[in-house]
Amino acid sequence: MTLSFTPGGSVSEYLHRYERNELLRFLTCGSVDDGKSTLIGRLLHDTGRLYDDHLKAIENESKVHGTQGGALDLALVVDGLKAEREQGITIDVAYRYFATAHRSFIIADCPGHEQYTRNMATGASHCQLAITLIDARSGVTTQTRRHAFIASLLGICHVVAAVNKMDLVAWGEGRFREIESEFLDYCVKVGIAGPIAVPVSALTGENVVTRGTNAAWYSGAPILELLEKVRVDHASPVAPFRMPVQYVIRPSLDFRGFAGTIASGTVKAGDRVRIMPSGRETRVRRIARSTEDGGDLSLARAPQSVVITFEDEVDCSRGDVVSCFGGSTETLVAQKFECDLVWMDETPLTAGKTYLLKCGTRTTPARITRVRHCVNVDTLETQQTDALALNDIGRIEIETEQPIAFDPYRRIHGTGSVILIDRMTNATSAAGMIRTGDASDAHARRAHWETAAAPTLRAPVGQSLVSTAAREERWKQKPLAILLYGSSGSGKTTRAFELERGLWEKGHAVVVLDGQMLRAGLSRDLAFTEEERSENLRRASETARILLDQGFVVILSMVAPHAEARWRASDLIGSERFMMIDCSDNNSPDTAALLRMVTAKIG
Amino acid sequence: MQLTHLDILEAEAIHILRETAASFERPVLMYSIGKDSTVLLHLAMKAFWPAKPPFPLLHVDTTWKFREMIAFRDAAVAKLGVDLRVHINQEGVRQGISPLTHGSKVHTDVMKTQALRQALESGKHDAAIGGARRDEEKSRAKERIFIFRDRNHRWDPKNQRPELWNLYNTRLNEGESIRVFPLSNWTELDVWLYIHRHNLPVVPLYFAKPRPIVERNGMLIMRDDDRFVLKPGEKVVERKVRFRTLGCYPLSGAVESDADTLEKVIEEMLLAHTSERQGRLIDHDQSGSMEEKKREGYF
Repeated sequence: MTLSFTPGGSVSEYLHRYERNELLRFLTCGSVDDGKSTLIGRLLHDTGRLYDDHLKAIENESKVHGTQGGALDLALVVDGLKAEREQGITIDVAYRYFATAHRSFIIADCPGHEQYTRNMATGASHCQLAITLIDARSGVTTQTRRHAFIASLLGICHVVAAVNKMDLVAWGEGRFREIESEFLDYCVKVGIAGPIAVPVSALTGENVVTRGTNAAWYSGAPILELLEKVRVDHASPVAPFRMPVQYVIRPSLDFRGFAGTIASGTVKAGDRVRIMPSGRETRVRRIARSTEDGGDLSLARAPQSVVITFEDEVDCSRGDVVSCFGGSTETLVAQKFECDLVWMDETPLTAGKTYLLKCGTRTTPARITRVRHCVNVDTLETQQTDALALNDIGRIEIETEQPIAFDPYRRIHGTGSVILIDRMTNATSAAGMIRTGDASDAHARRAHWETAAAPTLRAPVGQSLVSTAAREERWKQKPLAILLYGSSGSGKTTRAFELERGLWEKGHAVVVLDGQMLRAGLSRDLAFTEEERSENLRRASETARILLDQGFVVILSMVAPHAEARWRASDLIGSERFMMIDCSDNNSPDTAALLRMVTAKIG
Repeated sequence: MQLTHLDILEAEAIHILRETAASFERPVLMYSIGKDSTVLLHLAMKAFWPAKPPFPLLHVDTTWKFREMIAFRDAAVAKLGVDLRVHINQEGVRQGISPLTHGSKVHTDVMKTQALRQALESGKHDAAIGGARRDEEKSRAKERIFIFRDRNHRWDPKNQRPELWNLYNTRLNEGESIRVFPLSNWTELDVWLYIHRHNLPVVPLYFAKPRPIVERNGMLIMRDDDRFVLKPGEKVVERKVRFRTLGCYPLSGAVESDADTLEKVIEEMLLAHTSERQGRLIDHDQSGSMEEKKREGYF
C-alpha cells in the first residue's frame, strides 16, 4: 500500500499514521548493467516519491542521456554527480528515501564495480536487508557471490536476489529456478539465514511493487511487500544492554549525566550495571529527560540516545561502556583481538604498523601484530599474506594500547565493530568486525563454548569399515543439517516434522532433533539461561555431527535465540553441510519451498 | 513499544551532535532560522539537556533576510538562552553588494559563501553543524554526514571518508575543517512531522497571509523593504502567499496559498508534489549547479 494523501482527507490522521511507521534500511547492489538504478527508480516512482519537477527533469534528461530511446529512463532518477553522469556509472554510495503506509525506507544504493567493495561494506554497515540484482540472462556471477559474502560478513541476515530482466527471458520459470537454487546454495554456504529470490522486471515494474500476470508460477511476494514484512529487530528482548558513553553532561554539581546511544538491549531505572573496562558496579538512578519532552523514561532501548545517571559517584567517561550486570551477559575486555577487515585505503595494510582504532566511543592506538590471511571472495579460499590492499577482505590480529570493552561482532554489532584510521593521513583505512578477544582472566567469565576456540578438526569417523562414499551411495543423499530456529509458536517444530515426512516420502534417511525432545532426556539437567540454551544447542550440534558423519540428513528444531551460538553450531557442524532458517521471520520459506531447497542440496 | 522511524532519526541526529561536541575543539551550529534549523536547534537542546549546547550558534546575515526571520531568531535565542553570533561580511556591505543590482550569483558568493568562510576562520571553528538533508537535492544523495573540507574550505567528492556504522572519523589536520549534517537522513515530511509532533514554533512566513507581492521573472517576490525598487510596469499587489523555503527575500519565491496553519501547510506539501528547492533562484542556473557551489565552499 502506498502512502498517498487524498485531497480532502484528514492531515492529522495521515500524520498519525505516518508517525507510527517503522524504519527499514536496506541496500541495493548489482553489476553495472543489472538494472539496479531502474529498480530504485521504479520503487520511488511507484510509491509516489518522485515530485513533478523531478519527473520533468528526468523526462528532459531521458532525451539526452537516456538509454530507453527517449522514453522515460527511470535509471536517471538516481544518477547524482556530474562525473558519473558523463561516465554513465555510479561511484559512491547514495542514499534515497521513500515510505509506504507501513514503513519508511532508507536505501543505500551501492555501486557494483569490483573496485568499490568498500562502498558495499559501507552501505551494508547501516542496513538490515540487502537486495542484490541478478540479470536473468547472465545468472549468478562473481559479483553476486561477492555481494552475498560481504552481506554475510557484515551480518545482514536478509538477502533478496532480484532476478531482473525476466521479460528478456520470456518469464521462463526454469531459468528462474536455476538461478534461485544456485543463489540459495551460495547463501547457505556463506551463512545467510534467510535468502529469497524474486523474479522481476524493473523496466515494466512487474513484481517490484505490484504482482504481474507474467509470472503466475511465482507464489512469493513482490519486492516491496518483502520490504514491508521482513522482521526488523532494533532491540531484541534477549539482547544484553550496552551503551558506549559519548559525553558527560555536568551542568551543576547536582547532576552528572552519561550520554550515549544504546547499542544493544534495554535499560530501566534501578538496573544493576557495570562500567567497562574498569568493571565498577552501580545502579541506574534515572534515564533523564526534560519535563517538556515528557519527563524521565522508565525504560529505554536500542538505538535510542539517552542520558543516564548512576546511584554512585563512579568513575565513568567517554570511551567506557555501560554494560548490563551478570556473568556471561557482560561485555568482554581485552587488548588483543582477532578481527575480520575490509581494507578501504589506497595504501595497503602492513603488519607491524600502528593505526588508531575506534570501537564504540573509544579511540586508541593499535598495532597490527599479524595478518592471518586474505579471503578470495570468489572461491572463499583463504591464502596466507602479510598485507591487505584496497578492497581486500582478510583476517588480522591486533593489539590495542588501552584495554577495550567489546563483544564479538556476530553477537552485538554496536560493540563489535571498529574502524582503523591512518595516523599520518587521517584516512579511514579499514572497517573491522571483532571475532574474538584475548580476554584477561579477571574478565573471562564466559567459560561456555561460545568463547572457546572454534573446533578446527572434525572428529574422525572412527574405525568404521563403511566409507562416506558407500553411505552416500546407499542413502542416495549428501548429509546435511538444517537448523530451524525461532521463538516458541513460530512453527519450527511443525515445519520440522513436515519436512521430515516430505524427505521420508522421497526416500531419504532423515532424523529430527527437537529441542523439547532433548530436554526430556539428553539435556534434562539444563534450564533456560543463555549458557544453558547455548549448551543445549551444543549437544544437539554434536549429536547432529555424529549423525551427519553416518550419512543422515538431520533437522534441528531449536529456539536458539542467540546468533553467536548459532554460528558456533555452524562452525562445529561445518558450514558447507549446514543451513539455518529463521522460522519467526514471516518471509522464511514455507515447507514446500524448504523441501525444494533441501532436496536440491542433498540430491 | 516499537521505535518509529522518527524516533530512530532523532536518536541518530542526537548521536551525531554529541559526537561532534566530544570530538572537536570549537564546533559551531549554523543557524539559518528556517524549519530545518528549528529542528536542529531543538535536537541540540535535547542532546545536552539539562546543560545548554556546548557550542555557539552562528547566523550568517546577508542583510537581505526577511525582517520576520530576524525577529523570530532573536526571540528564539532569548527564550532558549543560547549563545548566538551574527556575522555580516562588512566588506560586502561597503561595496554595496545587493542581490538586486549584482544578481543572485555574486550576492550569494560574497554575502553567503565568503561571509561563512570569514566567520568560520575568525572563530577558528573546526566543525560547522548544518541542517542540510540528503533528499533536498540530487547531488546531496551521496553526501557524508561528516563532510571533510580542505584548508580552503573546498569539498572534493572523490576524497571523502567512508562512514561505517556510527563510527565517525573526526580526525583533522591543522587548518582543515568538517561540516556536520545531523539531519542527513530526514525527508522534508519528517521535518514537518517532527515540528508537528513537538509543537515547535516556526517563522510565520511559512504560513499564508496577505503580503505585498511583486511579480518578477515569473516569481512572486515579497517587497519586505524600500531597497526593493520597482521596475517600470511592476506594481505591488497584496496577495495571500506563503514561503516553502526562506532565504534572502529578493531571492525567495512565494507561492499563493490559503494554508495558514501547520496542518494546512503539510496538506499543501503533500498535494503539491513539486520539490522544495524549485522556489530558490540559485539552483536554476544550470544542472549540477549545487555541486559546483559546494566545491567552492557554499554550505
